[in-house]
Amino acid sequence: MKAIITILAVAALASVPLWLRDPYLLNALITTGIFVIGAMSLNLLLGFTGQLSLGHIAFFGIGAYVSALTSLGFDVGLPGDVRLVHAPWPPIAGFVLAIIVAGLCGYFVGLLSFRVRGAYFVIVTISFAEVVRLVALNWVELTQGPLALTNIPSIALPLPGVGELTLRTKLQNYYLVLVVALIAYLLIARLVHSHFGRSMRGLMENETLAVSVGIDVTRTLTIAAVISAAIAGAAGSLYAHYIRIIDPEVFAFINTVTMVIMVITGGKGSLAGPVVGGLIFGLLPVALRPVMAPEAQWIAYGGVLIAILFVLPRGIVPSLAQRFRRRRTGRTAPSPVALAETAAKEPA
Amino acid sequence: MSEFFQHLINMLVLGGTYALLGIGLTLIFGIMNVVNFTHGVLYTFGAYIMFIVVQQLGLNFFLALPVAVLAGWLLGAAIELTLLRPLRGSDIDTTMLVMIGAWIAMQSGTLWIWGGVAKSVTTPFPEAPLVLGPVSVSWLRLFVLAAAALLILVTYLLINKTSLGRAMRATFQDHDTASLMGVNVDMIYTSTFAIGSSLAAAAGALLGPVYVIFPQMGDLAAVKAFAIVILGGLGNITGAVIGGFILALAEELGAGYVSSGYRDAMGFLIIIAVLIFRPTGLFARAERVG
Repeated sequence: MKAIITILAVAALASVPLWLRDPYLLNALITTGIFVIGAMSLNLLLGFTGQLSLGHIAFFGIGAYVSALTSLGFDVGLPGDVRLVHAPWPPIAGFVLAIIVAGLCGYFVGLLSFRVRGAYFVIVTISFAEVVRLVALNWVELTQGPLALTNIPSIALPLPGVGELTLRTKLQNYYLVLVVALIAYLLIARLVHSHFGRSMRGLMENETLAVSVGIDVTRTLTIAAVISAAIAGAAGSLYAHYIRIIDPEVFAFINTVTMVIMVITGGKGSLAGPVVGGLIFGLLPVALRPVMAPEAQWIAYGGVLIAILFVLPRGIVPSLAQRFRRRRTGRTAPSPVALAETAAKEPA
Repeated sequence: MSEFFQHLINMLVLGGTYALLGIGLTLIFGIMNVVNFTHGVLYTFGAYIMFIVVQQLGLNFFLALPVAVLAGWLLGAAIELTLLRPLRGSDIDTTMLVMIGAWIAMQSGTLWIWGGVAKSVTTPFPEAPLVLGPVSVSWLRLFVLAAAALLILVTYLLINKTSLGRAMRATFQDHDTASLMGVNVDMIYTSTFAIGSSLAAAAGALLGPVYVIFPQMGDLAAVKAFAIVILGGLGNITGAVIGGFILALAEELGAGYVSSGYRDAMGFLIIIAVLIFRPTGLFARAERVG
């Protein structure tokens, strides 16, 4: 049943460019798709290990900058009269390097920040993202600072025997984003349903218990952080080569918040949640643009985030799935999950 | 050397307002266990109250400060009653996300009402700075330092010498026991949030005229407040005051001797370093308020 829905959803998404000719809407779908990939990677940490990383945009931005700099080349002076010169490489190499470098950053950030939990973890991750943003803003020789990196080349796929296919049109980029999103989705699904995924959820439910049954908490969290950061880096690389211009504003905290809103609304800890939440919040600005000023839209998003947390704290997808299951089995009794939640809400 | 003394003077002025921001946040964080993302918006709000009272209503500059404190108190109480009271007992991530939602809505509201153009406030102080040997400091900044010191003192007395303060300290140590002893814990939470908010608004009202006023000014202020709270230790008011001055010193020296572009990075670097090497804060004894 779930597989059928997934296949139908993918087929529907794949057919969109066949009937949608409006370039503005297609553009909105592509950027939404890129942010959905970012939201999926955030969900791996937030929804399956319970760690609220509010610096997630750092990995996205690092991916974007690494990919852009790899394909543009750079020439910077380092301390001690050393000059680091890099000739432009093909963008596809930038994409791969973006994944590797973002993953490495995820490793180091994880190693440092998983020493603290809860509010402190959140604040360390925010600080990390802000420090990276300030470096991107101030290391002008490398990043051009606020002047932005421009003329980033489009991704070119090497085709054996044919040569290269440069993905310039919106149609080509749409399918590129869709394929990467699908790979990320399947990778996360595979991971969540593996032994490793059970360790992650175990330590989310009860960290002390997880340790006592032999789960290496720091190792599990760090691996999750590496994979999550690597996927975010891939999304950032797609963003850089599609938009073709990036500036330090890519690291803005509001972009992390956008991803968090997508995950929370769709349903954290649900594979389809970030996709549903991402499509809603990616396309809502398009629908609201004629009727609401951008500031008013943001007021509404803040309100929606609060409303979702009050009314549907588990998000849209898990709530719908539960309702669907209940109707099919014809049960009137609450599901075990709901029971557990009620029990948890009783004062201790 | 005179440059160094100039940095010290600037540190004192900046540190006083940072301490106000930090005290407000450490009270809320320590007593209510809420990571208050609206703290920066309340700072912005205080600055805009200053702008409204002085520029738009044309009233006295010195009157504007108490108005801003009162407005911050009311807005803080309103946020606590509508958003936090219904969520009492839910996990820290949920309240944190709700506060993020409130922060976005309120900041966008500021942008919507007053626009993105930076505003400035005219002050009654003379243009010419006070020159003391090798250093100079503007009269406005001296006033900011004095007002901040006064507010810190008032807060200290409130926490340590009044029955409300005693109830707050009791709630911080153990809210169940405090409630058994007849402390109205709900009222303490609302008061704590309102007091913390009014201090943030006061900091904004004091620093707004020194710099310029714009809707996003509170974002950095909020992160700096977090840095101060982490430096000083959770719920530690003295720690927050010292933390405020340490952060101001780090920023002044960082901007003066490293690069002015990295001034705002100091707070984040402090956060990362403290949490890695000394997660309980620099001045943590047993965790307590006061």
